[in-house]
Amino acid sequence: MEFDAFVLARMQFAANITFHILFPSISIGLAWVLFYFRARFTLSGDRAWEYAYYFWVKVFALTFAMGVVSGITMSFQFGTNWPGFMERAGNVAGPLLGYEVLTAFFLEASFLGIMLFGKDRVSNRMHLIASFLVAFGTLLSAFWILSLNSWMQTPSGFSMENGRVMVDSWWAVIFNPSFPYRFIHMTLASFLTTAFLITGVSAWRRRKKVDGPATWNVMKTGIVIAAVLAPVQILVGDIHGLNTLEHQPAKIAAMEAIWETEKGASFTVFGLPDEESRETRFALKIPYAASWILTHELDGEVRGLSEFVDHPPVGWVFWSFRVMLAVGSLMLLVSWWAAWHVWRDRAPGPALLWALSWMTFSGWVAVVAGWYVTEIGRQPWVVDGVLRTADVVADHASATLTGTLLGYVALYVFLLMAYIGALRYLASKPAASLVIKQQPIVSQQQGTEGAH
Amino acid sequence: MEFWLPIIYVAIMGLALLIYVVLDGYDLGVGLLLPAADEWEKDIMIASIGPFWDANETWIVLGVGVLLIAFPMAHGAILTALYIPVTLMLMGLILRGVAFDLRVKAGDHRKQLWNRAFFLGSLVAAVSQGWMLGAYVTGLRGDLTSHLFALLIGLTLPAFYLLLGSTWLLMKTEGALFDKALRWARWSVLPTGLGLLAVSVATPIASGAIAAKWFTLPNFIGLLPIPVSCLVLYAGIVWLLRRDNWLREGYSWVIFVAIVLICLMASLGLAYSIYPDIIIGEMTIWEASASVSSLLFTLVGIVITLPAILFYTIYVYRVFRGKATELSYD
Ligand code: HDD
Ligand code: HEM
Ligand code: HEM
Repeated sequence: MEFDAFVLARMQFAANITFHILFPSISIGLAWVLFYFRARFTLSGDRAWEYAYYFWVKVFALTFAMGVVSGITMSFQFGTNWPGFMERAGNVAGPLLGYEVLTAFFLEASFLGIMLFGKDRVSNRMHLIASFLVAFGTLLSAFWILSLNSWMQTPSGFSMENGRVMVDSWWAVIFNPSFPYRFIHMTLASFLTTAFLITGVSAWRRRKKVDGPATWNVMKTGIVIAAVLAPVQILVGDIHGLNTLEHQPAKIAAMEAIWETEKGASFTVFGLPDEESRETRFALKIPYAASWILTHELDGEVRGLSEFVDHPPVGWVFWSFRVMLAVGSLMLLVSWWAAWHVWRDRAPGPALLWALSWMTFSGWVAVVAGWYVTEIGRQPWVVDGVLRTADVVADHASATLTGTLLGYVALYVFLLMAYIGALRYLASKPAASLVIKQQPIVSQQQGTEGAH
Repeated sequence: MEFWLPIIYVAIMGLALLIYVVLDGYDLGVGLLLPAADEWEKDIMIASIGPFWDANETWIVLGVGVLLIAFPMAHGAILTALYIPVTLMLMGLILRGVAFDLRVKAGDHRKQLWNRAFFLGSLVAAVSQGWMLGAYVTGLRGDLTSHLFALLIGLTLPAFYLLLGSTWLLMKTEGALFDKALRWARWSVLPTGLGLLAVSVATPIASGAIAAKWFTLPNFIGLLPIPVSCLVLYAGIVWLLRRDNWLREGYSWVIFVAIVLICLMASLGLAYSIYPDIIIGEMTIWEASASVSSLLFTLVGIVITLPAILFYTIYVYRVFRGKATELSYD
């Protein structure tokens, strides 16, 4: 691959959005989980729920801040890296992003202050409402941005005039064919990411014997969410795939590394797709499985890559897809294993605790892999069948782009380490120590307990 | 419609950016002041902006958002031309936003590190914003005068933020910290004034297009109220900053309002100088604008949501009115 401005601009965009999506995928789910903890405490008066809330609200604030600052970067990147995209598709992209800012970002950002710091200043009811609005805002923001992203995958409701997109029907633009699937799949993904995060951290805390009942409450909540949603996600993913087959068949062919159109196509579990020789080396195949999954018939016909003039890079799409599937299956296994313990009201043994703490960030892996399938699978188009990525890129000097790319990557690696380090540090402290306030004496903990 | 919509959008964009400069300006200013305070005061200072900073930054997202919604043709051109300062600003904002949380969550031994990151991020963001403004006003030319001019604004804007930040602290703190904030405000008012003066003198020198607008006859008289009112307001601020007792009684908000008015006047002057272009000398707002249907679709949303946003912004400021205390998650 040549590292020209085009490739560099794409790498930079990919680095930024990959970093960004890590945090929304936690904050969307965690906002609702926190709302649940808050409501449980209000209803039962049980301190254990209050501890759970105090611990996780700290993590939430940190995650949210990371999401906001990396998101601000995203909104500038459209202009700095893809000016052509805005010039040609601005009539769609502008309003959808605008509605996201107007309806979602201001709502979240404003009520976040009350949610985090306002409990003594507003009534309990108002505080619950604020927590609800923040959670609702995260979903709204996902709604608009995914609508835009889905429109780029399956554009509809527009016509072209002088090379510019003109909208004919806003309804058709917003509710474009892949949007409902993507919205549900992504929302479930963030709940799963959150569920494994809170369960994993709690398992770690249990192993280190940091906390008692509060930890177990959190763990149970996480396990139940994961055990219920993991199978649902697999089902939704399957249906999402059928929708993609209908609208973006080249992407599916790349996901399955099917080179020639065939009936009764087999599913490749592993293998090394090779675009030079147009074959998959060392392939381990399950006969008929691909046809069955995609057409629900054993000898259904699946179109191969050779039918498409342009198709995405096969290796990336193929492998990212397999990573997502592997994590999804692992999530199902581990969450059901854990759910069985909850069901029997048995304390989880060391093996389960160990497995759960290893799965803490599994959601991140699946989410990023899933987005790579979606985005790389759309290439070489930026708006499928309408605008080519190569035609919309900005022409900065390669040296400039290399410099800023290295800067971003260094910053992101550093921040990711800081984030996980802070999580570990917080997790090593008992929840009670986070609740006790108004300590007049300046103790060891004082600084940490202090402002924010 | 075709005539009015771009004008309405330019006004909305200007408003969003003006609100951004004032709101994020005070919290960036507090970040710039951080190294001058001691440990305990740092916590209070950051607590005073804690509930607000996120919403403050959202205004810049709206500002670029409107540029993108309404003027897609200019959006790309402006942001690509400003690529380096934009990137630096973003890195500054990132560093600052996360330092805000990490300074109290990563353990006491790291607090010092994150305090520094908070200051550094604020500084980089403030300077790059000045640079962006300077480069924009000179028409994104990238020659020597325009770089010098950008440098000048790059130094003036942080001074201005310092003044805003210390005035914010006058309203939000008491006791020893209040005294410090008063010293900081008195100290920053001079560089701000000099900077603003220098910018006013340099603007017509750096941009011929703007000089032509300012120094022709009916215009000159029409514009006169702007510099005059700025001078009066500035003198007022300097005078009020000497009235210790009066400020202690809780009237420091008057200074804040005066600064906001200066800001408003400056942006009116700027708007007049640039209009009807979106990129000076290159592209008018009509040439850059999006399709009428897209503009109308979004305008409906703006008309409905903007009042709601203003309403809950005011609500949040009311909930957290009064002097700042330590923040705790409750
Ligand atoms: C609103 C639109 C939008 C949204 C929500 C996303 N993307 Fe995207 N993505 C684009 C709009 C876009 C784009 C502007 O269309 C790019 C830039 C160039 C391109 O080919 O498509 C792109 C490219 C792109 C690439 C590079 C593909 C390549 O060049 O081979 C990657 C890896 C991602 N994205 C990853 C993501 C991830 C992890 C996302 C999760 C949030 C994501 N994208 C959301
Ligand atoms: C390329 C696409 C994207 C852009 C330009 C973008 C832009 C932004 C911006 C500017 C913010 C900060 C808002 C604020 O100031 O409060 C933000 C935060 C957020 N974004 Fe994105 N975003 C993108 C992709 C996504 C996706 C795909 C999702 C989810 C499905 C998402 C969900 C969120 C959420 C929930 C927040 C709130 C903050 C947080 O949760 O940490 N964004 N985004
Ligand atoms: C194991 C069963 C799963 C299947 C069959 C599946 C299927 C799919 C398919 C076909 C796509 C691409 C859609 C397109 O580009 O048109 C996709 C995307 C995606 N997947 Fe999955 N998925 C599964 C599990 C998961 C899990 C467990 C997660 C995360 C926790 C996840 C997160 C995502 C994300 C974030 C995307 C990108 C957004 C989107 O296009 O919806 N998936 N998935």
